[in-house]
Amino acid sequence: MSDTPAHPGLQHHVPLPGRAKRAIAIHRLLVSKNIVGPDEVRETIDRARRRTPADGARVVARAWTDPAFKARLMADARPAVFELGYRLSRDAELAVVENTDRLHHLVVCTLCSCYPTSLLGQPPDWYKSFAYRQRAVVEPRAVMREFGLHLGEDVVVRVVDSTADLRYLVLPRRPNGSEGMPEAELAELVTRDSMIGVGQARNPA
Amino acid sequence: MPSAHDRGGVRTREPIDQTSHEWADWEHLVNAMVGVLRRHGLINVDELRRGIEAMTPVEYESSSYYERWSASIEHILVEKGVLSTEEITAATREIDARWG
Amino acid sequence: MGVDAREIQVGDVVGVRDETPAHHHRTPWFVKGKTGRIASISGPFLNPESRAHGGDGLPKRHLCSVEFKQVDIWGGRYCENDGDRLLVDIYEHWLEPG
Repeated sequence: MSDTPAHPGLQHHVPLPGRAKRAIAIHRLLVSKNIVGPDEVRETIDRARRRTPADGARVVARAWTDPAFKARLMADARPAVFELGYRLSRDAELAVVENTDRLHHLVVCTLCSCYPTSLLGQPPDWYKSFAYRQRAVVEPRAVMREFGLHLGEDVVVRVVDSTADLRYLVLPRRPNGSEGMPEAELAELVTRDSMIGVGQARNPA
Repeated sequence: MPSAHDRGGVRTREPIDQTSHEWADWEHLVNAMVGVLRRHGLINVDELRRGIEAMTPVEYESSSYYERWSASIEHILVEKGVLSTEEITAATREIDARWG
Repeated sequence: MGVDAREIQVGDVVGVRDETPAHHHRTPWFVKGKTGRIASISGPFLNPESRAHGGDGLPKRHLCSVEFKQVDIWGGRYCENDGDRLLVDIYEHWLEPG
């Protein structure tokens, strides 16, 4: 390839699937007709890349250390996360569900791939996979065991099928031995998987 | 038989593949294009989902995630008269001729 | 058709309509015809069933988080714990008094 590609999607040497080429064609047409600005997609890609599970982890760590914040977060998440500088998408509201010693939430979207991207970034591939979407609602404990999470018989598993206009963030159980740790260190214990429910927060080293 | 997109509880023994692939640039493009089209009021999430659900079961199941989104974007934009299938096909041929 | 979320409250028993319209809708097949309990109510949101087909989404609809017992959904197919639950978000017009 000699000339520099002026377009995302064209610097690949591997053959592109037909639907990929058609998407690139659609984007070109939209730009050439001035329906979409030439830089809008690139800017949107850059913005999307800045959102990572570290954002959700900060929210969780604050909820662990500040009971009043946690109460506000559980009651109405949008203004609560905005206190930490996070602006949720206008398209969906956020609900936070809390994991405890007796109740464990696992989030799935059986109809598509609904996910709190405003706080966690893009979902992992497995979250969007047919196997996860099919199995999580009917054998959640077996699914969680594949992720290395073994829950006791005394814990109720509550699967959340996020089908519509609410996105769910799991507030994982605060690990034992984390008492007194500063918020920033607590956030390091909060994994992406623990905020989906296929894992727990890490134990402190 | 539920629709192809309505997957909860559909029987499978397949383990969850926990490996994640590095997104190709076109996948970033498709993901971002939906956001841009939303901001322009040309497609909303509900339409995006309807467009995905309009795929045949075979197409749905054999397509990757962003291939499904690409199909839906095309479906909705053509339906609204923003672009035509013919011009998309012609522009795709140009890309083929240039990049293979 | 369906219930009006202003007339129901958390804890109420509700049934899910057993219908599969051709238009886009957000009710998964496995809860249709099943009975659960309202866990929370949110919204109202623009109705996606209208918005998906070029409509304005009005009137807005409340979204009910309905909690089911897993065994009530899957029967003998659910082989894990009897106490396990499933929470599904269902629009008010899909629900009927239980």
